Amino acid sequence: MSDANDFDVEFRGITKRFGDVAAVNNVDLQVRKGEFLSLLGPSGCGKTTSLRMIAGFEQPDEGELLIGGKDAVGIPPYKRDVNTVFQSYALFPHMSIIDNVAFGLKQRGVNKSERRAKANEALELVQLSHRADDRPTMLSGGQQQRVALARALVMNPRVLLLDEPLGALDLKLRKEMQFELKRIQEHVGITFIYVTHDQEEALSMSDRIAVMSHGVIEQLDEPRAIYDNPKTAFVASFIGEMNFLTGTVTSANDGHWTVDAGVGVPVQGVGAAPLNEQVKVGLRPERLVITPNSDEAGTNRVLSTVLSKMYLGDQIQFVVTLPSGATIVAIEQRASVDPATDNIKPGDRVTVSWDAHAPLLLGMVDAQTANNSDTSTIQEKP
Amino acid sequence: MAPKSNRSKTGFTLWAVVVFVFLYLPIAVMVLFAFNQPAPEAIANNPGISPCDIPATQIGNVSVWNGFATCWFNKGLHDPTYIPAIITSAQIAFIAAAVSVILGLMAALALARMKPRGRIPFDILVYLTLVVPEIVIAVAALIFFVQAHNTLPIFPKLGFWTIVLGQIIFNSSLSMLIIRARFVGMGDTLEEASFDLGAGPLATFRQVTFPRLIPAVLSAFLLSFTFSFDDYVLPAFTNGTTNTWPIVLYSAVRFGITPAVNALATMMLLLTVGVIALTVVILRRSRGGSTDGVAKNFAALGV
Repeated sequence: MSDANDFDVEFRGITKRFGDVAAVNNVDLQVRKGEFLSLLGPSGCGKTTSLRMIAGFEQPDEGELLIGGKDAVGIPPYKRDVNTVFQSYALFPHMSIIDNVAFGLKQRGVNKSERRAKANEALELVQLSHRADDRPTMLSGGQQQRVALARALVMNPRVLLLDEPLGALDLKLRKEMQFELKRIQEHVGITFIYVTHDQEEALSMSDRIAVMSHGVIEQLDEPRAIYDNPKTAFVASFIGEMNFLTGTVTSANDGHWTVDAGVGVPVQGVGAAPLNEQVKVGLRPERLVITPNSDEAGTNRVLSTVLSKMYLGDQIQFVVTLPSGATIVAIEQRASVDPATDNIKPGDRVTVSWDAHAPLLLGMVDAQTANNSDTSTIQEKP
Repeated sequence: MAPKSNRSKTGFTLWAVVVFVFLYLPIAVMVLFAFNQPAPEAIANNPGISPCDIPATQIGNVSVWNGFATCWFNKGLHDPTYIPAIITSAQIAFIAAAVSVILGLMAALALARMKPRGRIPFDILVYLTLVVPEIVIAVAALIFFVQAHNTLPIFPKLGFWTIVLGQIIFNSSLSMLIIRARFVGMGDTLEEASFDLGAGPLATFRQVTFPRLIPAVLSAFLLSFTFSFDDYVLPAFTNGTTNTWPIVLYSAVRFGITPAVNALATMMLLLTVGVIALTVVILRRSRGGSTDGVAKNFAALGV
């Protein structure tokens, strides 16, 4: 269907083991030309190992790795048309900023005046040309990271690999750099493969996100699809916050399904579901609506008691106890002043409701996990 | 509580002063006594000649202060036995240090990347050369060198080159440890970055790894040089007819040492301090103000 040349990087059944542990386990991945792809997952999920295999620092034990449609297994890093921005910046401390940026061009045999001109251009792109003659240690973390970016970009690689490049920066700087990175990526049009454990970073910058866990890609999709339609419970819990319910599918027809999740009312959602099977259902806290002084229970409307309330400025976070005794989290945005919601206190009776698009079917539950899992699990942001 | 913390601060300062006095007073005394005169009765018994030309056996007690004289420096610089011995020692120390640093550098790079199975036996051998008493190595070296020369005439006979070889045993182990400590502390990231930017293994070593190792290489060289320069035990066994500076000094003790020795030692001290000061200045300039690593390596030298 598609030619291998449509992809800058392709994994075909790649496995990489360290000792007995498969850090990357039979992974298939196709990175499109010019896209911003994030590898997202908790530490130890295999995202950095995947990146290091593309860079050439690790070699896969099994499978095929193609860069630009050509077999890359066994080719050393210095012969690959990819460049890396390291988490620790890895600037050469004994060289000036301009020499750092020009280092790669020097290896290619570009003459001195040309490589200085190109390095200056790259420094301008990251707005640091005025620091060209300084040493790396004289720059702040954010500036060093931009130099590292310029040093890789000046090579005009087929693929740019970024290994948690913002991990060492403080929150404010990180936000600024996210915009900056996205701007630069759109400007240069190079394929970016971005490793991160920060879901917000991945959501805000990526064209596509590959969510990884235990060496496999759980889901590869656009950010909105990853958030709105997580295919597995892991993806649902890792991206954003999620309440989990488990129950049996009692009906499934006309594009609607109903699950008896033991919360006192039927939970109804949109889509297809396997009848009479145990399934896991996810409910995003922000999709839940809390209404005070209401007693109309029904499908997707459940009477509950407020257990705690946390005021967060732009939103209020409630923890409510369902009739079944389980607790779930609901987040109310404060789009306008709403005394009715603002004045809800712990202990108040409220109605928690949601529309039919809110419940997400997150796959079947096998007997083992069904016994272990509570009807609701509160997932905090990782 | 301020007075108490002030008092403890003063106490610690005082303690530091005492420690430094303990460390450096002997050197100061040595320098001072380079300007000592022969005993008054020696001068009286040798009328008409310069105080420093009085034979060593007749200068009397020079461990007490007899008066100020500067002629020992000139005397020392023209001594027919001391000067050639110092030159020999310096040559031996220089060659041994240079070879040791090269060997140590290669071993450090290899060992840091080896799997434990290969590394540990090698490591043990390296530490052994440092831990085994020098006298044991000296005896073994003597037997080995003699036998080696007897079997293989190409092998140098006891003399200058066997002293150099003996020094290399200890110094290369020492150099390896100093350089490896720095190399391991550097981590792989810079080398990976260099590979990533298209530099092959040799280009990476030349442009990234070695420049970063220079402070360690320099300290290894200086330390090796110092150890070899004033080593007595190994050269005493393996010297043949070659005389090094320590050997000449030890034998001179029997006839009495003149302040000319102090004068030569003082000049060497000045030279050493000068070279180290120069090195620090050069390194600071070439590393853009960051001399942390250098400072650490010099701390290891006890400077």
